[in-house]
Amino acid sequence: MLRYIGRRLVASALVLLVASALIFVLVRAFGPDPAEARCRYSRSKAACMQEQREFLGLNESLPEQYFRFMGDFLQGDWGNSQRTDRSVAESVGDDLWESSQLAFWGVLVSVGLAVAIGGYSARKPYSKGDSLFTGLAFAGISMPTFWFGLITIHYLTGGLKDMLGTTEPIFYSIPNPVGSGPLEYARELTLPVLVLSVQLVAGWSRYQRSSMLDELHNDYIRTARAKGLSERRVVWKHGLRNSISPLVTVVALDFGGLFGGLIITERVFSRPGMGTLVLDAAISGDTQVLIPWMFVTGAIIILFNLLADVLYGVLDPRVRVA
Amino acid sequence: MTHTPPAPALLEVEGLEVEFKTEDGIVHAVNGVSLVVGMRETLAVVGESGSGKSVTALSIMGLVTKPGRITNGAVSFAGRDLRTLTDKEYRGLRGGDLAMIFQDPLSSLNPAFRVGDQIAEAIRAHSDTSKAAARERAAELLALVGIPQASTRARDYPHQFSGGMRQRAMIAMAIANVPKLLIADEPTTALDVTIQAQVLEVLQAAQRETDAAMLLITHDLGIVAGLADRVVVMYAGRIVEEATLDDLFYDPRHPYTIGLLGSLPRLDDKRGEPLRTIPGSPPGLYSLSVGCALAPRCAFAIDRCRSEQPELRVAGAAADHRSACFRAEELPGLRSEQPA
Repeated sequence: MLRYIGRRLVASALVLLVASALIFVLVRAFGPDPAEARCRYSRSKAACMQEQREFLGLNESLPEQYFRFMGDFLQGDWGNSQRTDRSVAESVGDDLWESSQLAFWGVLVSVGLAVAIGGYSARKPYSKGDSLFTGLAFAGISMPTFWFGLITIHYLTGGLKDMLGTTEPIFYSIPNPVGSGPLEYARELTLPVLVLSVQLVAGWSRYQRSSMLDELHNDYIRTARAKGLSERRVVWKHGLRNSISPLVTVVALDFGGLFGGLIITERVFSRPGMGTLVLDAAISGDTQVLIPWMFVTGAIIILFNLLADVLYGVLDPRVRVA
Repeated sequence: MTHTPPAPALLEVEGLEVEFKTEDGIVHAVNGVSLVVGMRETLAVVGESGSGKSVTALSIMGLVTKPGRITNGAVSFAGRDLRTLTDKEYRGLRGGDLAMIFQDPLSSLNPAFRVGDQIAEAIRAHSDTSKAAARERAAELLALVGIPQASTRARDYPHQFSGGMRQRAMIAMAIANVPKLLIADEPTTALDVTIQAQVLEVLQAAQRETDAAMLLITHDLGIVAGLADRVVVMYAGRIVEEATLDDLFYDPRHPYTIGLLGSLPRLDDKRGEPLRTIPGSPPGLYSLSVGCALAPRCAFAIDRCRSEQPELRVAGAAADHRSACFRAEELPGLRSEQPA
């Protein structure tokens, strides 16, 4: 297993290296010109451009630029943002931490709900409860995030406050910069986690339903019943243990994607994070941020792919030897 | 025939009917099966695929699941009416006094758990045993069914076991709580011929060890000859003949039984001769036949067979030999007249 992980890590590093070269060359060749952005308000634009191109090393060949950039990048010097002049390494670090929290809680809540709903639906397929969850899942998948986000803000902050007659909203629609502590943390994260979870649960619960349904038709389930085990143990021990592997794979893959994919959720709730960061950078043509951002999210996705494979092996003893 | 009728009865099935609702209509899988298994007795249930053998067994275990449903009949085990038991009471019997071994030992074991732990789970479901003690007992049971280095192999996963070892493990699991009745549903069908004999020996030893009665479901008459005290022959969800082992083999009183026995390949057959089969194929079970279900395939069928359902009644010399054929008494004579 350790050798397998080691082999996969080396392969992942290679993939990342190729990806970094592609990202760098494509952004530099077709993306916005960093010198252009710096000289936008200069009176003598041509002279400014010339000066900045020299300063930024843009007159060198693309391979030369790439190797210089990677050299700095690997030593931890990621440069400064063109837009804010803040250290890119610092702002990626901070925003990654913000996004991680939202992604972590969202995934945690969603996995719990998806397993419970999927298990229930698989035990009682085509029942009223199952149909209800099927309907909710399709509604959840179809609902645009920005719309549902606004709905929750409208009804669960102001609406709930008016209904209960409290002076302050129970849940915040923006990060609260004043308070701290676990309670404040929960009040500010509840709504974004809710919005994120609706999407995730909708997809994952369907996945878990079909996976569990497959397992419950297996012969070993009949054996478990023939042993005299309770129905709860049959389903939630024997069935769940085998049905969970496919879900874990999907969750690990989706989890990786969340680190760069929470753009709308973060925007709606005015949260800092990787989504907000990339959106600002893209709008202002800040390639100094864009390139490292893509490296980091790419690395995370590759890492979670690896995690998915490893977890699959851990959960299914039949794959473990390979 | 020195065989005495089984007394006292351990299992009594009376008029069992099971149907499955499918999109194509209702399948009548079992249509009024009655059978008795005495203490320590081995009753073989013989028939081809789809004759209702396995469904009968699952009905006794209370494991007929949707879309299947027991529509009629009574099942009593050790004096208890199984059809009135609560789920919890039934669970207490399953894997306890009433144990079952299934056909395919690979798919019957959970691939995600260690073999020993799956056996230990059966022990812990029926007694207040610590995890460690149950594991130890599981290893003992594995040794009992002939798994070498049992305590090490108990920590293996099912895929690390060979087919024969898996079935041994299933037998160990079934006898873990010293059952009174062991139901074995085609226990060797999925195994290599050389392994079959070993597993059957283990099965017999396990039965001796626990003093259990056995309901042996098979389509292999060789296994029947080796293990059974009495035999029940099923066709299209009904019992067509019931007899002691010797009576069935030497004096069959139903054309279907005769066909089954006749289709066994023999060592003194001439080479190149085609294997003998029963002409035609079993009926679909979407609708109940008016007459005898075998009539379209039967060489001895008369008009009455096509219009009236024959009931099981005593045939031949012994009082416990019964056949569901109108011509049961004439059969021996008819057979000798028939051109070979």
